[in-house]
Amino acid sequence: MLAPEKNWWKPMGRMEKSWLTVAFVWCVFLTVMMPLWYFYGKQNVPTETYKTSPADYGAKVNAFVEQYTIGTDEATGFPIVAAPPGSDVYIRASTWQWYPILQLEKGQEYRLHISSMDLQHGFSLQPVNINLQVIPGYDYVATITPTSAGEFTIVCNEYCFVGHHTMVGKVFVTEEK
Amino acid sequence: MASLAPTTPWTEGAKDDYRGCPVTTLKVDMHTERLIIANAVMAVVTLALGGIAALLIALTRWQAIHLLPAVWFYRLLTLHGIDMLIAWIVFFEMAGLHFGSTILLNARHAAPKLAWTGFIMMTVGGLMANAVVLFDPNSNVMFSAYVPMKAHPLFYLSYILFAVGALITVITFFINIVTAKREGRFTGSLPLVVFGLMTAAILATYTLLEGAAAIVPAFFWSLGILAEYDPGIYRNFFWGFGHPAQQVNLAAMVSIWYALAQMTVGIRPVNEKFSRLAFILYLFFINLGSAHHLLVDPGLSFAWKAVNTSYAMYLAVLGSMMHAFSIPAALEIALRAKGYRKGLFGWLRNAPWGEPGFSALVLSMFLFGWIGGVTGVTIGTEQINMLVHNTLRLPGHFHATVVSGTTLAFMGFTYYVIPLIFRKELKLKSWAKWQPYIFGFGMLLTSMGMIVSGLQGVARRNWDITFAGVVPGTVEISLAVFGVGAILAVIGGIMYVTIVLTSILTGPRLEASNLLLLTGTHNPIIDSTKLTDHQMEDKQNQPKGALVLVFAFLVWFAIYYFTNWWLLGRTWFIR
Ligand code: HEM
Ligand SMILES: [Cu+2]
Ligand SMILES: [Cu+2]
Repeated sequence: MLAPEKNWWKPMGRMEKSWLTVAFVWCVFLTVMMPLWYFYGKQNVPTETYKTSPADYGAKVNAFVEQYTIGTDEATGFPIVAAPPGSDVYIRASTWQWYPILQLEKGQEYRLHISSMDLQHGFSLQPVNINLQVIPGYDYVATITPTSAGEFTIVCNEYCFVGHHTMVGKVFVTEEK
Repeated sequence: MASLAPTTPWTEGAKDDYRGCPVTTLKVDMHTERLIIANAVMAVVTLALGGIAALLIALTRWQAIHLLPAVWFYRLLTLHGIDMLIAWIVFFEMAGLHFGSTILLNARHAAPKLAWTGFIMMTVGGLMANAVVLFDPNSNVMFSAYVPMKAHPLFYLSYILFAVGALITVITFFINIVTAKREGRFTGSLPLVVFGLMTAAILATYTLLEGAAAIVPAFFWSLGILAEYDPGIYRNFFWGFGHPAQQVNLAAMVSIWYALAQMTVGIRPVNEKFSRLAFILYLFFINLGSAHHLLVDPGLSFAWKAVNTSYAMYLAVLGSMMHAFSIPAALEIALRAKGYRKGLFGWLRNAPWGEPGFSALVLSMFLFGWIGGVTGVTIGTEQINMLVHNTLRLPGHFHATVVSGTTLAFMGFTYYVIPLIFRKELKLKSWAKWQPYIFGFGMLLTSMGMIVSGLQGVARRNWDITFAGVVPGTVEISLAVFGVGAILAVIGGIMYVTIVLTSILTGPRLEASNLLLLTGTHNPIIDSTKLTDHQMEDKQNQPKGALVLVFAFLVWFAIYYFTNWWLLGRTWFIR
């Protein structure tokens, strides 16, 4: 709190120097971890993005549903859609639903498109706990490979007005054929 | 040797409007005194409002109780964010800027009119935001107000008023410092605490400008003047404001740490260069952190996110790690110099644990670093963020930083402001002794409960997690820990508000006669001027204990960090 002495530019002590060195090395390490994982890790944040509009995106979702629907979900009345492995699959977020219900196959890769028709939403796939931001006007493409089978839930985890907590969707993953 | 005595008189011809502080012998400009009082009172009032909201939303998120209906939950959550993160913290910081730029420099307030203008704008803006959120059915948009969610135009206007008011206050800080320098109030370098506050003020300037860049278009958009507002761009600007704002809080908090350490233990900074360098690292690198909030947004490249989220190689983190050593080390040396030299931690056992400024300092540092800092760096890692974004782990992290850290440090500091600035006797002293522990422990449970719930997938800002039907049963336990912690923390908050209000509203005006509140009659600030170079360098006084502590910290840091990579490695493949 007090003014320092006239000449406070003094060399650091041994302990300061050693802590500074260790801390700096740790910081470098933290930095390096990200590119390392980027090149060698299997879980990276998707970056592929296209500009879109609610109308365009909605049309794509409808075409996708029309082509690959295999049934209807009892509880919601939503179509269950299964596209062949490797193809583009679509999810549409709007207040307050995730549409349609996807059926994927374990161990296969899909190009999952996500966008919003209105507000921002949060794509939170549980219980695998993958979370992505969904922004209207942006078609966000995640290339995913399910590594577990079963029924998964998409929770909305970006606040989107009072029905926010009711915004839940479903994804089914079948065992490898 | 640093000096305490006032140097030169006020400017020739100017009316003397100051008093001498009998405890510190510093000059206190009466304008500054009134400005600090006004800002501090608004800070405490908004803390109380935000605290009422805190209790109600916490009891709603504790699923076993689930108190509020959905609309009120979202409304009060919006209010909580605004009153706490924006109003309480910023009002307190403005009080701190007035304090640092005049009293600590023995200088006058050179722009009181401007400062009052700023204060009034902030007050109007703050109260207006509360009113709009409470009474307008569409303004429960959270403090982040993500476009295209549209609030009432007055909502944005209240932000603008508040931000411009804060900017004006920050400008008076610089005016004061320049004036003090020109009038020869201080020679040479600024004291370390003022240097830290200056870091905060510089950060605040561009933070607030970027806030304007986000909110002003939103205001016109809400009026229908601007037809479209790209939500991605809004996010970028909003967090260009929202994240550096947290670094303002960080720099202000660290400055308060140094002040508390000097006021309660009488430290001398171990190495001024080391500590100042750490502040400078904040200044240069911390502004990059807005990317933290955009890590899983569409449209941004890996390289951009990785460089920004790591503040170009974690150099701002390095700054914090430097303070994390430098403050405990200074405490250790000062206590060892008093003769507490037994073993590695004898000095800690003999520290003034009953002094609220000291316990607040230590708990704030511990919770900020060990919980807040470690979780923050980890979840700010580009890939790991995918496991964390918008889950309860996020509020878990920042209730350890800006609440257990900043808020607790500010609370501890307030107890000294009451006798020294309000010139009132601190009442309910035995409450003040326990308050930091209750608040700190409550907040520890709160953030741990949030973090563990979030790890299991529980979303933030969510009225009812059971809708999803996916959360495992163990979440009930972690949410109960969170709920109990929240109740404790709120009790700590009520104690704080009660102590402050009782002290300032009752009893006569009384000149302070003692710096310490509970643990003695010596004056640590004077003590600190008597710490000689010889004592600082004495082999027996070297901070071995502090060095052990920081290395233990690093081990914990590494464990938490790698556990998260391991968790990430178990989820679906994604790119
Ligand atoms: C009495 C202690 C406190 C308790 C029990 C508490 C509790 C909570 C709870 C339950 C939430 C909602 C989490 C969610 O559902 O997403 C929350 C959010 C939040 N709290 Fe606190 N809090 C306290 C103090 C504070 C303080 C002092 C600050 C700031 C300095 C603060 C800043 C925030 C912010 C910024 C949010 C996020 C709001 C949002 O998501 O829009 N809290 N708090
Ligand atoms: Cu949603
Ligand atoms: Cu939502």
